[in-house]
Amino acid sequence: MDETTTKARTNKADLFFNGLTLVCAIAVILVMLAIGIELFRNSTLSMQEFGWKFLTDRSWNPVLKEFGAASSIYGTIVSTIIAMLIAAPMGIIIALFLVELSHPIVSKIVGSAIELLAAIPSIIFGMWGLFVFVPIMQTKVEPWLQSTLGFLPLFQGIIMGVDFLTAGIILALMILPFVTAVTRDVLNMVPPVLKEAGYGTGATMWEVLKHISIPYGVRGIVGAMFLGLGRAIGETMAVTFVIGNSHEISSSLFSSGNSIASTIALEFGEALNDPLFKSVLIQLGLILFLITFIFQLIAQLWIRQLKKHERS
Amino acid sequence: MKPSSLTLRRSIDIFIKVLSIVASLVGIVFLIWILWDVVTKGITALDINFFTKRTGPFTIADTGMANAIVGTLYITLLATVIGVPIGLLGGIYLSEFGRNHPVSTVVRFFANILMGTPSILIGIFVYAVIVLPMSGFSGFSGGVALAIIMLPVVVRTTEDILILVPNELRESALALGSPHWKMITQIVFRAARAGLITGVILAIARVSGETAPLLFTAFNNSHFTYYDAESPLRYIYDMSKPTANLTVTIFNYAMTPYEQWQKQAWAGSLLITGAILVISVIARAFFSGGKTRRG
Repeated sequence: MDETTTKARTNKADLFFNGLTLVCAIAVILVMLAIGIELFRNSTLSMQEFGWKFLTDRSWNPVLKEFGAASSIYGTIVSTIIAMLIAAPMGIIIALFLVELSHPIVSKIVGSAIELLAAIPSIIFGMWGLFVFVPIMQTKVEPWLQSTLGFLPLFQGIIMGVDFLTAGIILALMILPFVTAVTRDVLNMVPPVLKEAGYGTGATMWEVLKHISIPYGVRGIVGAMFLGLGRAIGETMAVTFVIGNSHEISSSLFSSGNSIASTIALEFGEALNDPLFKSVLIQLGLILFLITFIFQLIAQLWIRQLKKHERS
Repeated sequence: MKPSSLTLRRSIDIFIKVLSIVASLVGIVFLIWILWDVVTKGITALDINFFTKRTGPFTIADTGMANAIVGTLYITLLATVIGVPIGLLGGIYLSEFGRNHPVSTVVRFFANILMGTPSILIGIFVYAVIVLPMSGFSGFSGGVALAIIMLPVVVRTTEDILILVPNELRESALALGSPHWKMITQIVFRAARAGLITGVILAIARVSGETAPLLFTAFNNSHFTYYDAESPLRYIYDMSKPTANLTVTIFNYAMTPYEQWQKQAWAGSLLITGAILVISVIARAFFSGGKTRRG
């Protein structure tokens, strides 16, 4: 009799504990869904007012209540592309150094240094970018680019320092640790036998990387790039400081612009007492949410596929 | 492979090697460069006033960030109190009860996506569900926003670490008649202690440097939001009011043209960056120490 009650109590306690952990796990799903629902619900005012043309409208005038997302979407895409063009090859090549070239101790030190970059808060990147990096871009790097490559529309116009190029470079610095770390892990997983076979046929290190390691790990590297891309798109504080915050679309990388996240960060405070303006900013947030969601979704599915592939 | 001369292949190889060394150097140079500027520019304003005086107008010389420092500590503490227990329990479900359950696959999936969701959107979300209904910015809402950012990180870290605990430990506990909850909290947790503590500390360090989610939740405040300096409860921060915090103050100060405020923004940056880096390094060292002890 006594034994059965203890057993029943144990089962009840276990059942309770099991249920509690399940609820906490499901909280993650609920929060994620709630974020999407709330962003949608709070942007209905803006959707009713502007409809689909919001996505392609370039105007931005809080006083006249004319709003369009085009310049923000454009700025987000341009700064992200610049960041990826810099961070992706650099991350791969640093990973190569860490895995193949350097002494294990050097590799560990350099690897931790790069990981430390990831621990620096994004506002520090932004502030450092504004006060230290922007003047250098403005007085040295960009004039030099203009004098050598000025025939391209990309490098024309007045040099301000706060522009797409600077924002892209700062973003690249921020996602570099992430891309490097994942690529390093992927390169570390290439079976030594494969590489040794390559070296045995007389291939150089670069040839082994190009023909063996990268093809072997290409899916993992692509997954890493997608995740890095997702981070760059939504990065707020670093970009807000250095992108210039104008609502213009220009083919020049020296032109100031804005990203979705920077516009929300800077203008939400002014919009608090203006329901339409606030709704517009939340709709921008919804657009950002959908973009990052899709990228994350692709990355997740891609990596899942990869894991299945590896198991079989 | 295309036939090409050995000299050409060797020169390409050397070129790539040099390039990879240069790229690594560039990464390190930027790290040192940023840290150097944060330290040298920040140290000038990091005096005793910085820690004891509250924020104030840029015209007054002896202002500090005391209220922002306390506010950041409170908001981070609140985020930890909410985010860590839920995250740990969620991680337990994924690793112990529902390892192969379809629900777990969905939870993992959403946790990864939540980790990749821009933090400013979490700020807007909390603004919509807490700040608007409570009709005001509050330190409390800031803590909730940081807790949401922390949640998926703690869930995934907990799962990753608990999975490393050998099944034999679980089986021996169950064989002795221990209920599941006791087996998990007293055996599995103890075996995974070093990893769990490291993971949680890294998650806390990470959110303490967040700015974007606090912009429209904790907002800012140039005062200490004490209830009443005379009351015995004066060390309880009033989290229902807008609460000053380091990162938002740095943001507000750095965006102004006033030198005094910019200096203080650098000092604030030094404090928060230094704290995060030191905590991260110690946490990592602790984990590797734990690993060697076990192995």
